[in-house]
Amino acid sequence: MSNKMNPQSQNAAASGENALELRNLRKSFGKTEIIRGIDLAVKHGERIAIIGPNGAGKSTLFNLISGRFEPTSGDVLLSGERINGLRPFEINRKGLSRSFQITNIFPKLSVFENLRCSVLWSLGYKYTLFRFLADLDDANERANQLMEMIRLDKKRDVLAMNLTYAEQRALEIGITIAGGANVILLDEPTAGMSNSETSRFIELIRDVTVGKTLLTVEHDMGVVFGLADKIAVVVYGEVLAFDTPDAVRANARVQEAYLGSMLEEETQ
Amino acid sequence: MNTHTSVSNMSASTSAARQYVEFKPINLARWLIWGGFALVLVFAPMLWTSSLSHTMLSQMGIAIIVCLSYNMLLGQGGMLSFGHAVYSGMGAFLAIHTLNHISDGVWPIPVSLVPIAGGLGAALVAVLLGWVTTKKAATPFAMITMGIGELVWAMSLMFPEFFGGEGGISGNRVAGAKPWGITFGPQVQLYYLIAIYTFVCTALMFAFTRTPLGRMLNAVRDNPERVAFVGYDTQMVRYISFVVAAFFAGIAGGLSSLNFEIVTSEVVGAARSGAYLLFTFLGGATFFFGPIIGGILMVLAFVLLSEFTKAWLLYLGLIFLFMVMYAPGGVASLIMMNVRVAAFGFLKRLVPSYLLLGALTMALFATGGSLIEMLYHLQLNAAMGDELTFMGIALNVRSVASWLGCALGFAVVLGLFEWVRRSFATKWSDVQTAIEKEIKRREAAL
Repeated sequence: MSNKMNPQSQNAAASGENALELRNLRKSFGKTEIIRGIDLAVKHGERIAIIGPNGAGKSTLFNLISGRFEPTSGDVLLSGERINGLRPFEINRKGLSRSFQITNIFPKLSVFENLRCSVLWSLGYKYTLFRFLADLDDANERANQLMEMIRLDKKRDVLAMNLTYAEQRALEIGITIAGGANVILLDEPTAGMSNSETSRFIELIRDVTVGKTLLTVEHDMGVVFGLADKIAVVVYGEVLAFDTPDAVRANARVQEAYLGSMLEEETQ
Repeated sequence: MNTHTSVSNMSASTSAARQYVEFKPINLARWLIWGGFALVLVFAPMLWTSSLSHTMLSQMGIAIIVCLSYNMLLGQGGMLSFGHAVYSGMGAFLAIHTLNHISDGVWPIPVSLVPIAGGLGAALVAVLLGWVTTKKAATPFAMITMGIGELVWAMSLMFPEFFGGEGGISGNRVAGAKPWGITFGPQVQLYYLIAIYTFVCTALMFAFTRTPLGRMLNAVRDNPERVAFVGYDTQMVRYISFVVAAFFAGIAGGLSSLNFEIVTSEVVGAARSGAYLLFTFLGGATFFFGPIIGGILMVLAFVLLSEFTKAWLLYLGLIFLFMVMYAPGGVASLIMMNVRVAAFGFLKRLVPSYLLLGALTMALFATGGSLIEMLYHLQLNAAMGDELTFMGIALNVRSVASWLGCALGFAVVLGLFEWVRRSFATKWSDVQTAIEKEIKRREAAL
């Protein structure tokens, strides 16, 4: 990926800190504590898979990092800068972008428009009123590149709501990476896909996130062990283990708490 | 696929396998449409020469601007405003005060720029009130616009110095400098001023839909949450668009103050806001040109239909009701659906049904209308005798024959209408299936 495509990652990499760091992060809804003190440090360019049983707080964790929810206590640091308490668009502008478990695209806009909308801010167009979209060569070029990257270039003018499910999931990824964010959060990107679709999709994710820091929530263990440099096992709002795939696989506590049963399910 | 590809770009595109860039230059269809629009504006007062038509044409121009500005909120931003008249109305008041300052020789501005003063004034009001209004989208937005509408309406009665109290503020548009002898005294001179504003404002509002902000407004309409996660502050997108919409509404208000030379507090009222909503919707909020149709319909209804019958609001309500239920995209979507059918060559199949449905609709209006008219006559015009004529039929409100005849006629026509409608619905869905099949076939052929 060219430097022009990814301005934010350059600065971040130069700073030499962790791309993303969570410090004693907590979140309660009413009296129920969902996230119970999570510490996690993710280095630049690392690919982290977050696994855990349903209701463990994985999606809540993503919502806390991306600004959808505000943490009850603790800190989220993006390249060393505290970002908790900021609103989603402010966090996005700092170079963190996320996808959603339930497809979250612009249904009544075409594929091309979906992507063009998603690149505008990062290219500095903001709330521009006095220029035509058609004249913004860099935005159009960028949207076209993205369209090819997510292999939807043949569907340029199709409304997003008329795409197949797998295509919508690809568009979701396209929107997420469009702004050139350095840190990418993918919430169950392959959920609901068939096995063959999943394996192709993993290739796509790998391709489009080259050089970026990636956190992904994933249930498919094949995907997890194939894609991730490190795995964080989250159980009941806490990190049970955070290590390389092999180490996690060998971890007795993880086996006991979660992975054993998951692996059994997978093989059945 | 890409029909706008111009000749000059063809050579450049041969090297690339695919061309995605939007081409703006020489676009014949666009020139034809805008040229046609300009010609209509120029020649309309020559075709319809009576003074009533000139008045109506002037009002139509104004209504087109205000409905288009309303649709920036409703159609493009998904913001259902119940208080758009606040901005057209405040624009009208600020414009009439400006006009009076010109008359008094205080401000040396030509009268032709008074609408811009209205626009800027309305935009300023929107800058002040808009941030609160656009804080939330959807239902809270609708509620807040309604609240602000009531607030301004109440204020209009509290500050007679500015709003003129019961009598309103009047002015005289023959004022200030008169370049080339244009006084704006004769209605037709004012019409051409309105026509110029209508054309320019329509073009500008269309241009808005092609800007980054205009497109992000569509994105905010479709999925505000996602917009926040691609770096945009959804409230800021709504806010700026709201101010822009208010600017154009204010221009329309300013034009109406020149047109009527009097502005009363009624122009900021909820009824006016409701009319904008109703006619923008009737015209069609999902297409850019829908509100143009809506604006024309608004004037036809307010001027002609109200002249034709006392029960015009009832008819309007019924039309609105059926539109919401059966054609939520308004007249514009009906047109575009049939353009699509015609493009695939299936329109011929539907023409007989359309003719039949059209005739039956007329019959429905005649029979159902006579029932309504007799009822109205009985309630409101009893002093004027028992006889009335409706659509050429002599009716007597005391005669059982009249009532029975109309009721029976209405029932029969309604039954026929439903029968034809059902057979039309089947044909329509057959045609749609055929079109889908054709699209699939063409896609496969690519």
